[in-house]
Amino acid sequence: MSSYEARFRVWRGDVDGGGLEDFRVEVNDGEVVLDIIHRLQATQAPDLAVRWNCKAGKCGSCSAEINGHPRLLCMTRMSVFDREETITVTPLRAFPVIRDLVTDVGFNYTKARQVPAFVPPAGVGPGEYRMTQEDVDRSQEFRKCIECFLCQDTCHVVRDHEENKQAFAGPRFLMRVAELDMHPLDAAEESGLDRKRTAQDEHGLGYCNITKCCTEVCPEGIKITDNALIPLKERAVDRKYDPLVWLGNKIRRRS
Amino acid sequence: MSVVDRQKWDVVVVGAGGAGLRAAIEARERGARTAVICKSLFGKAHTVMAEGGIAAAMGNVNSGDNWQVHFRDTMRGGKFLNQWRMAELHAQEAPQRVWELETWGALFDRTKDGRISQRNFGGHEYPRLAHVGDRTGLELIRTLQQKIVALQQEDFAETGDYESRLKVFQECTVTRVLKDGDEVSGVFGYERESGRFFVLEAPAVVIATGGIGKSFKVTSNSWEYTGDGHALALLAGAPLLNMEFVQFHPTGMVWPPSVKGILVTESVRGDGGVLRNSEGKRFMFDYVPDVFKEKYAQSEEEADRWYDDPDHNRRPPELLPRDEVARAINAEVKAGRGSPHGGVFLDVSTRMPAEVVKRRLPSMYHQFKELADVDITAEPMEVGPTCHYVMGGIAVDSDSAAARGVPGLFAAGEVAGGMHGSNRLGGNSLSDLLVFGRRAGWHAADHALARTGARPHADDAQVDAAAAEALRPFSAEGEEPADGPPENPYTLHQELQQTMNDLVGIIRREHEMRQALEKLAELRARARRAGVEGHRQFNPGWHLALDLRNMLLVSECVARAALERTESRGGHTREDHAAMDRAWRNVNLLCSPTDPAGGFAAADAVRGQITLTRETTEPIRPDLLALFEKEELVKYLAEEELYE
Ligand SMILES: Cc1cc2nc3c(=O)[nH]c(=O)nc-3n(C[C@H](O)[C@H](O)[C@H](O)COP(=O)(O)OP(=O)(O)OC[C@H]3O[C@@H](n4cnc5c(N)ncnc54)[C@H](O)[C@@H]3O)c2cc1C
Ligand code: SF4
Ligand code: SF4
Ligand code: FES
Repeated sequence: MSSYEARFRVWRGDVDGGGLEDFRVEVNDGEVVLDIIHRLQATQAPDLAVRWNCKAGKCGSCSAEINGHPRLLCMTRMSVFDREETITVTPLRAFPVIRDLVTDVGFNYTKARQVPAFVPPAGVGPGEYRMTQEDVDRSQEFRKCIECFLCQDTCHVVRDHEENKQAFAGPRFLMRVAELDMHPLDAAEESGLDRKRTAQDEHGLGYCNITKCCTEVCPEGIKITDNALIPLKERAVDRKYDPLVWLGNKIRRRS
Repeated sequence: MSVVDRQKWDVVVVGAGGAGLRAAIEARERGARTAVICKSLFGKAHTVMAEGGIAAAMGNVNSGDNWQVHFRDTMRGGKFLNQWRMAELHAQEAPQRVWELETWGALFDRTKDGRISQRNFGGHEYPRLAHVGDRTGLELIRTLQQKIVALQQEDFAETGDYESRLKVFQECTVTRVLKDGDEVSGVFGYERESGRFFVLEAPAVVIATGGIGKSFKVTSNSWEYTGDGHALALLAGAPLLNMEFVQFHPTGMVWPPSVKGILVTESVRGDGGVLRNSEGKRFMFDYVPDVFKEKYAQSEEEADRWYDDPDHNRRPPELLPRDEVARAINAEVKAGRGSPHGGVFLDVSTRMPAEVVKRRLPSMYHQFKELADVDITAEPMEVGPTCHYVMGGIAVDSDSAAARGVPGLFAAGEVAGGMHGSNRLGGNSLSDLLVFGRRAGWHAADHALARTGARPHADDAQVDAAAAEALRPFSAEGEEPADGPPENPYTLHQELQQTMNDLVGIIRREHEMRQALEKLAELRARARRAGVEGHRQFNPGWHLALDLRNMLLVSECVARAALERTESRGGHTREDHAAMDRAWRNVNLLCSPTDPAGGFAAADAVRGQITLTRETTEPIRPDLLALFEKEELVKYLAEEELYE
């Protein structure tokens, strides 16, 4: 139970540029990095911009980089750092900065719109959906996503390659394709939409070389690469190169 | 000054939580061009934090459940002060609203036979909460968000523009509802990112801004909960209903200090967790009030049997409505039987195997592990009451969600009053959002589309006044130095939170509430001088300075109404009037602005800004009363209500 003074370096600036600013600030028992940013606002830098909402790791607003690692500010406890250490907080690198720790995450909303929505099965009314727990487990894992976009930020395909953003949806939205594809009642296929093919052709699944960096930063512990991207790749490859598999699937489903 | 960007829409929805999104979907599906405005990013509204579930009498787990039982539970939970027609519609329509989510892609936890699983919760007679582990709010928000995107995809296919009929203005704050005469004509707000002002003109505005918890120090609520919608409605001339009823959730984290208030979901108790004091005693057995005596177990053995055989045993008292449990914990701590950090113990570790805890309560496991170094599968949690929900809110028509006295204004979700009476049952909020969000969107669309001819107009004078009000904090410093020094908005906020927490908190006393009103007057005067540094681009100091107006207004409503109601009922507990009084059962307290033309920033510190009026509630319809036993009604209803 003790307070101490920590050294912080926080990036401050806007679209026109900026730099790291040094602070000395009080830290109390049990605090997280977001508490310290709030203390800076209340005592030293009232206009320091930061996004946050829940302060409980549930909304995915407070994403930033701490000592270069993509993290949630509200789930990073001060006790993980050495008291002597200078803690550097910077905005997410993969997205354009708006001000201080706040970045323009519009890229993600654009990509979200490009993934065709759930297609409800014809003839199954509200209240008539029947699915077993085992069948929904996998998609439920992906629906734990709090859209913090840390995985989008860390993925090397776009992290330092602005030019890839056009063609690549990023792990979060490839996982969304996988989620819908594994939804037991999604009727995309019946409506003529092949989700696996679109993952490959429209959302840039081919860019992913399964480095698993996205999985490592996910605060929800979702196995993005193993459970979403790799299976999607396997299935997409089946579809693409093996017309027999494709035909076989088609016929079985119809009957 | 009025070179403010203006756009025209049919319906404007303020708020993108469950209520706002459901309203927007409905309005757009009924053909209204709909704009949604929210303070944070799309998909991050407060609703995302909801954990336990959505209450809906689908009867999937216990087929004895139906809307009548749900209605009864809701009225009991609210101690019969609920706007009964809302409680009726809510109980009837909630199952449809949940099932509809599945057709939009939601994936709830399942029963063995493949239907939506339902869990037990405080005050609900049967397992009733549709859920996804303990992240139900996330599922709800994401499903609605993805439905909005689905509609935008349809619009794109048709018009080439995703936002032609449904647009989300994220990270924008509304500071005024604009009017043309009596009618609504639109909203005024600023973009958080740039600080630029904008006006959306529309003949119908739905307020769905959530709650007020950020006026209290210990709260489970996020920064968004500054009571904006409550204040917007008041300022537009619509009254607020029963603002004294504030729910303190019995189980918030108490340690470490920086996470004090963060919610520990009621599912912990619904799934078998028990409360113990420092002596190891399950104290809730000592706190079952008379009105609930027949419904709750008298012994630990019976309580434990209930989990497996609910038809032949009564439920454990840990599952009493929240107000009862919160008061009990408060009393235990006060009697010196609290835990080391001033709470009590909530234990699942001795009640179920570690894997079950991790599977059923994953976020709780994570939350305690990450934030408090506590492994809930091996040791008990320390918990205590936290400000959680406001039952009071904008007075609305039950069927249409229309606010009173201001044509074109609608309200749904936590910001609306009436539905929950004096105390809300867990799970009844998420269903409320869906049922009344849809109704608000529907009637707002009807209202807007029925208007032929000239639409109400937002004149420049109002817009200029709103802009000037919003810019005040930048010029506050240096202005009239004789009044006093400039104030730091963060300091003012902290003082407000401390005041409400200490003086109008879980247990209330007359002299303390009077003290609170004085302090609020002082803060109001000082808030006039709240100054900010820097510029308008994403400036949190400025945002807070503007939010202070709303928090002060709403806090005054809470304090005044609480002082007036001389009884204890649900989320309003008076030490000096400890009993529930049947004479108050049919009394609503309405808050309206004292000086509607006065602009509310009025410098007068002594005179309040709020006037209270009493109103007798509409008698409960006889067929609904007939759902209860006479012996039960006698405990709640006044003599004359019983024999009508
Ligand atoms: C931790 C926690 C757990 C909970 N668990 C449950 C549960 O299990 N079951 C249950 O039924 N209930 C639960 N609740 C209660 C429930 O979550 C809320 O009451 C409900 O989500 C409120 O939804 P809403 O749509 O009214 O508002 P919100 O979801 O809060 O949305 C408000 C919206 O309004 C916007 N807004 C606010 N002010 C402005 C403004 N001035 N200008 C523009 N936009 C504005 C915000 O940005 C936001 O988008 C829980 C609450 C908490 C805090
Ligand atoms: S696994 Fe694929 S998506 Fe994930 S970080 Fe690596 S390249 Fe990116
Ligand atoms: S998948 Fe994980 S890291 Fe990526 S956005 Fe979702 S929660 Fe964040
Ligand atoms: S503030 Fe919500 S995740 Fe950090």
